[in-house]
Amino acid sequence: MGSFQSLPDDHQYRTLSQKTGFSLEQIAILHNRFKQLSQNEETLWRDDLKTIQDLESNPIRSQIIEAFFDSRNFQKDGVGSVEEIGFEEFLTVMSYFRAPPQNITVEQREEMRRAKLRFLFNMHDTDNDGTITLEEYRHVVEELLSRSGALGRETAKGIADAAMLEVASISVGPMAPDEFYEGITFEHFLKILNGVEIEMRMHIHFLNMDATVLCK
Amino acid sequence: MPQVEDTDPDPDPGETTQAVFTLNYPRIQIPFEITLWVLLASFAKIGFHVYHKITVWVPESCLLISIGLIVGGIMHSLHEKPPAVLTSNAFFLYMLPPIVLDSGYFMPTRPFFENFGTVLWFAVVGTLWNSIGIGISLFAICQIEVFGVQDITLQENFLFASIISAVEPVAVLTVFEDISVHEQLYIVVFGECLFNDAVTVVLYNLFNHVAALEVVEAGDVFLDIGRFFVVGLGGTIFGALFGFVTAFTTRFTGKVREIEPLIIFLYSYLAYLIAELFAISSIMAIVICALTMKYYVEENVSQRSCTTIRHVIKMVGSVSETLIFFFLGVVTITTEHEWNWGYILFALLFALLWRGLGILVLTQIINPFRTIPFNFKDQFGLAYGGLRGAVSFALAFTLPDNIGRKDLFITGTIVVIIFTVFIQGITIRPLLKLMNVRKTNRNQETINDEIHKRLMEHTVAGIEDLCGQWSHYYWKDKFMKFNNRILRKILIRDNHPESSIVALYKKLELQNAMEVLDQMSGDISAAPSLISLHEERKNASKSRKKFLSSDVTNMHELLSKNMYKIRHRTVSYTNKHTLPDDITAREILMRRHTSLRRSLRAGSFHGTNAAKMSQKYFSLPMGRSLNSRFPPRRLVHAGDGDIESEINYSSIRHPQRVSSKAVMPLRPLNTLKEVASSVNTVDGQNEEQRGCRRSHLGSNVSRSGHLTSHLPHGSSRNCSDGDHDAWVEEPQNNSDVQHPLMRRPHWLPQKPHDK
Repeated sequence: MGSFQSLPDDHQYRTLSQKTGFSLEQIAILHNRFKQLSQNEETLWRDDLKTIQDLESNPIRSQIIEAFFDSRNFQKDGVGSVEEIGFEEFLTVMSYFRAPPQNITVEQREEMRRAKLRFLFNMHDTDNDGTITLEEYRHVVEELLSRSGALGRETAKGIADAAMLEVASISVGPMAPDEFYEGITFEHFLKILNGVEIEMRMHIHFLNMDATVLCK
Repeated sequence: MPQVEDTDPDPDPGETTQAVFTLNYPRIQIPFEITLWVLLASFAKIGFHVYHKITVWVPESCLLISIGLIVGGIMHSLHEKPPAVLTSNAFFLYMLPPIVLDSGYFMPTRPFFENFGTVLWFAVVGTLWNSIGIGISLFAICQIEVFGVQDITLQENFLFASIISAVEPVAVLTVFEDISVHEQLYIVVFGECLFNDAVTVVLYNLFNHVAALEVVEAGDVFLDIGRFFVVGLGGTIFGALFGFVTAFTTRFTGKVREIEPLIIFLYSYLAYLIAELFAISSIMAIVICALTMKYYVEENVSQRSCTTIRHVIKMVGSVSETLIFFFLGVVTITTEHEWNWGYILFALLFALLWRGLGILVLTQIINPFRTIPFNFKDQFGLAYGGLRGAVSFALAFTLPDNIGRKDLFITGTIVVIIFTVFIQGITIRPLLKLMNVRKTNRNQETINDEIHKRLMEHTVAGIEDLCGQWSHYYWKDKFMKFNNRILRKILIRDNHPESSIVALYKKLELQNAMEVLDQMSGDISAAPSLISLHEERKNASKSRKKFLSSDVTNMHELLSKNMYKIRHRTVSYTNKHTLPDDITAREILMRRHTSLRRSLRAGSFHGTNAAKMSQKYFSLPMGRSLNSRFPPRRLVHAGDGDIESEINYSSIRHPQRVSSKAVMPLRPLNTLKEVASSVNTVDGQNEEQRGCRRSHLGSNVSRSGHLTSHLPHGSSRNCSDGDHDAWVEEPQNNSDVQHPLMRRPHWLPQKPHDK
């Protein structure tokens, strides 16, 4: 794959490339970033990510950071969260944000979409019970709106409630007066986000040049 | 004023000896004729819409040209000459600015900026490509002796080429809109047309200047290229400057609401004129001015000023456009044409060819940089949608007389325009439908959509920060930060930073409210059953189209507040210890009106965040929290608003909020219905109508649904008369609650309805 400096984990790169779909250059760049963040250690801790200055102003910062340590995102049936992650897990989480390549089949595209949505779902579902309850959803909305400043918690709650009801109405249909909507399951989640082009919105142009010097 | 020849068909009766009755035509001649022409064009427009089917298949520009042709024919047979309104000055100073302001003001900003690179790429590079390509090929044709046009120099060819490469959006956009084409396509066509006007005019001036020179030196060419950039950038900076100044001025117009629209127009026009003064791109100036000021101005000015501004801009813009097409038709018949088969047909051919090629090549180059690449169908739509129109015509008509073959150029331009407008304009619709161009995903935008879109943006931005890969989200973030921190503070009067999610939420709520209003206004006394309400609601939501994010937010905000209020009221009713609260009722009403006004402002096309509503909240008494004397009832009605959720999910207290919902269904709300309908009649615009209609549609049901479901479920009172009477009674008891309605003549254009 071209000639670049043979790094000690060249072979590892190849396996990672196959697993996640990044190109070797991209993996090298991301590895640099990883090392930069983890201060050249082997594993990354939460605190390392919290030090990123640019991330300070992001309203869902904690969720994003948490997503990296959520074992559901890098293991097939992972449960719970871990304290530290290695480069492989880092890369796996990143791979959720890859752009869908041009020439993939419909099923593959659908699979990618599901994977991305699953990632989002896991971001919300903090207690790992497979449903997004109202409290969790509220938490999300509050975080999102916290940047606006002028809004109170009640507004956020109201909005979350309305959103929740929307989900209920879309996925479950009209409910009898005594029914109670437990929470958003993954299937419902898929349904409500049917209209949104996830694969278009949720991807990053992974560059082939090293911009890490520009980051704070 | 342009010199108008006397086209008065009425013979002057001459001076009579009586002083009783005189006829002094020459005095009023000029304004009279202008008025007549405009009126005639407007009649034509009205006439088209009488028979709706026509406008579906034939774009309006075609019809206007046809009418113009007819009128031209009449005039020609009467040996009259058309009014010489198409002088350079008249066109560039009076007729073009409104059109451009119209396009600039109603440009959906968010998609526009997201596609900014693409738009510029197509507009600038595309136009250059077209002009140069067509120019060179035509020059090559000229060399062929058969056609007998060897005297046309290269510069003149370029000039002609630049004229016929100016693309005109109106017809295309209507078609795109009608077939709900993909938003990306829409915005690219729109933006391209807008900017290529500017580019074309610049090129035109450039080549005009160059054509006049005997010898063109390389140095001149480079100077001209440099000048091109100066012109473009200068126009942009100028426009932005004026935009900010306008926004700043509107900050202080709180007490003089009447002149707010005037200020907007004056500043825009001023931007245009001063840009013309410095010979920088005036089109760019006015467009950028409109873009920048819109966002801030709409937050500063009053509701009515906002409506006025939009209406007037639309009106003047469309009048201008209409007139130009109309005159196109007229002039086609009445001018002396110079016909040259070879030249003109090849011009047409090359125009189409180069456009197609241009789109193909340019798309290939820019696709890798786009998040959503254009597929072939999109490209076909882009290429085929390149109709020529008003600007080309005007530019051709105002060619200086020292161009030898001016008449040929005019004829050529007219042919190209008529061909593209008629043939392409009529066939583009079935073709696009046939090819099934990627449609927009314009489903009803739910709060969830908005939330998740925003979530994804943040997530992506966060991940980008994390891994050090930047894209345009970075710049957007930075700009929003700058905007919120600095710009808004300076330019906006009451600064309430508002998230688009809240905006959407509020709007949805308000829409709900309006729907309830509509549904309930007829029949208050009947006890609507739960089921019928559900159905009504579903039907209503089906007819809902997209709406502004900001409106939705307002709506939702309102509804959430209502929600609390309802609970409170219900509690107070069941709670024998407290009396119904008059003051809150009145406040509810006032808020209701505010939100209604805001909702009826809806009307932007693609439902983008283009318009942000002013956040003029009345201060609400944030009262005590609700006691849970009201047993939390786990009830979810599908699609029913937020009350249930409050009841269901929150066993914790909520602060009391003022809600107009309580009062909503109570009086037969014919007032509001009237208002709504009157606004409907006032607004002739499609968009406005849609907006109004939207805001009428069904949130009523949910409200009544709320009402019914929220009646304390413990008791068997469902929608029993008791409750309804109780509700209805309340306003009757408090006559002062009625008064806010009557005391607001400016809101109700008709007489307020007495209950």
